[in-house]
Amino acid sequence: MTRRPLTFVESPVATLRVPDIDTDQIIPAAYLKGTSREGLGVGLFAQWRFDPAGRPQPDFALNRPEAEAAEILLAGPNFGCGSSREHAVWALADFGFRVVISSRFADIFQSNAQKNGLLPLELPETEVAALAAELEPEPAALVTVDIQACRLRTPAGRELAFNLDPFVRRCLLEGRDPLDFLLAQEEAIQAFEVAHPARFDSRELGEEARP
Amino acid sequence: MLAAEPRTLFAKIWDAHLVARGQDGLPDTLYIDLHLLHEVTSPQAFAELARRGLAVRRPERCLATMDHATPTEPGLDLVRLAARDSQAAAQLETLAANCRRHGIPLFGLGSERQGIVHVIGPELGATQPGMTVVCGDSHTSTHGAFGALAFGIGTSEVAHVLASQCLLLSRPRTLRFWLEGRLAAGVTAKDFILAAIARFGVDVGTGSVLEFAGPGAAALDLEERMTVCNMAIEAGARAGLFAPDERTFAYLEGRSLAPKGEAWERALEAWKALPSDPDARFDREERLALGEIEPMVSYGTHPGMAVPISGRVPEPGSLPEARRKALERALAYMALEPGEPLAGRRVDVVFLGSCTNSRLSDLRLAARLLAGRKVSPRLRMLVVPGSRQVKRQAEAEGLARTFLEAGAEWREPGCSMCLAMNGDRLEPGQYALSTSNRNFEGRQGPGGRTFLASPATAAATAVAGHIADPRELL
Ligand code: SF4
Repeated sequence: MTRRPLTFVESPVATLRVPDIDTDQIIPAAYLKGTSREGLGVGLFAQWRFDPAGRPQPDFALNRPEAEAAEILLAGPNFGCGSSREHAVWALADFGFRVVISSRFADIFQSNAQKNGLLPLELPETEVAALAAELEPEPAALVTVDIQACRLRTPAGRELAFNLDPFVRRCLLEGRDPLDFLLAQEEAIQAFEVAHPARFDSRELGEEARP
Repeated sequence: MLAAEPRTLFAKIWDAHLVARGQDGLPDTLYIDLHLLHEVTSPQAFAELARRGLAVRRPERCLATMDHATPTEPGLDLVRLAARDSQAAAQLETLAANCRRHGIPLFGLGSERQGIVHVIGPELGATQPGMTVVCGDSHTSTHGAFGALAFGIGTSEVAHVLASQCLLLSRPRTLRFWLEGRLAAGVTAKDFILAAIARFGVDVGTGSVLEFAGPGAAALDLEERMTVCNMAIEAGARAGLFAPDERTFAYLEGRSLAPKGEAWERALEAWKALPSDPDARFDREERLALGEIEPMVSYGTHPGMAVPISGRVPEPGSLPEARRKALERALAYMALEPGEPLAGRRVDVVFLGSCTNSRLSDLRLAARLLAGRKVSPRLRMLVVPGSRQVKRQAEAEGLARTFLEAGAEWREPGCSMCLAMNGDRLEPGQYALSTSNRNFEGRQGPGGRTFLASPATAAATAVAGHIADPRELL
């Protein structure tokens, strides 16, 4: 996918510091029956955002006024664990998020986010807590994230450096899909295939496997 | 000549699949031997290929099945499904159309080989030692039971593999669980992995490949190893691994896609060189004694929240704040009290199925405990075989009859109530004792509550009508 490059975000923050949020919560299975990646924001945290009758739960982080314009989500540790569903990232992005901050991301979620222009920004848990503490008295305060410089600025003006894999950073800044880099390796892939012939051909399974 | 540096099983597989070592800040380019596909995570990947005008590079390394959104009621074909759930039917049709267009083998509804993607890969002999295996599904870790490096990917990466047969990846760390001893009677591989996750946490494996090794690992059969590797992802691991051994080779020999004749001999030779070298170094090591493990049951809303079946719901009081809040939240969702014993807790549904525990050995174990007994009239028991082949074999062995005579439902293969996409789901507030792998909020239906346990505990619970220790039925 070609997409909007992600270079700089300045935004209020939605705070949802629940640990171990799994992708079933981010986007429940009922929303996985589609065949497109568009429009999944409606299902984002559906079971937490709405009561069984479909009314918004006023206390839930994403239903609070400051969350309306938030492009940054401040989350608990081990965010995005569980299912590999990329729908979780599509839903967050469709809802308007461009950055998720956590002290630890689950591997597949992190990889999915990076491929969709959503920055999974890792900070030590103590910094996550300090940022949450700063935001508590003024929930609408702005946080800035500079992807070029790998720096985050808190509402109180504290500057925090964060680590970002150089390749991921480049893809985000240029709005590029890593597939471009893979397709550029055609020669090496061909050479590998010649040197390592396949052990089987799944098409030999015959009639039973004919779609 | 200098002796080669000792390497882990993981490192041997990784190194053998390097198309290019990452340079200038690029990650490594890893070749993928087997790409498994299903209806839920593939449509947007095929759409991306179409958008870019790309072909599927190696359809002969792909294998597709219908499992997640498929009905498990007997006699429901695509036409009847469309009348009830047009979205699910459209998704299945999209997969079929994509497979036709790109020449990818597909096991559709009604095929003799259809089943849950992680059950059919090994069943066909497609999953082999030393391979790299991916699927747009986190439980791809299951295939690590064969000594294959197998991991779940997102839909963007599904498109990458379809187009290039490769992935750009940074090298994970390694973690070894050294297992001593043997599981006691009535205790299963499921109990072991639940106990390990309860002890080390749901993120102990983040960023790592987890190898299960030692005499305890060697004593597990292939279906037990699959159950363990299946839930490696619930420990946060990228992948789980067991070294291939004689049991692995015996399991594979003669399967449809396994090498034959001279190719088999050559493959064996390569596979025997795969196990981690004795002095290989891991980034982290832990030891576990299998003999100490009891049947486990989860009480909370992630798989790490589990205790021995004789145990009680923990008290949040003494925990550090973040963990206390998480536990309080989980207990509120589950409507459980701190200190409450789990055995004896009423359940509404027993679900025997999912890619964790729906293979023949799981069904045999449960059937053995159910034989001559009745499912309690207080609850509903669903038995959902992992694949059509498992179903046929279970019918031939008389297991299906045992389930039916006991009063359980005997259904068509699929994911079913593991993720409740296909209509098999809990009602809000209901409790399930489930052999699946995730007890997340709403996983088995909005408002539904899940106790994870083994097939033996499932059978004992079905008979008792409440959570029950399978050792009492032995
Ligand atoms: S059985 Fe459950 S965990 Fe396994 S592939 Fe299906 S939905 Fe995923």
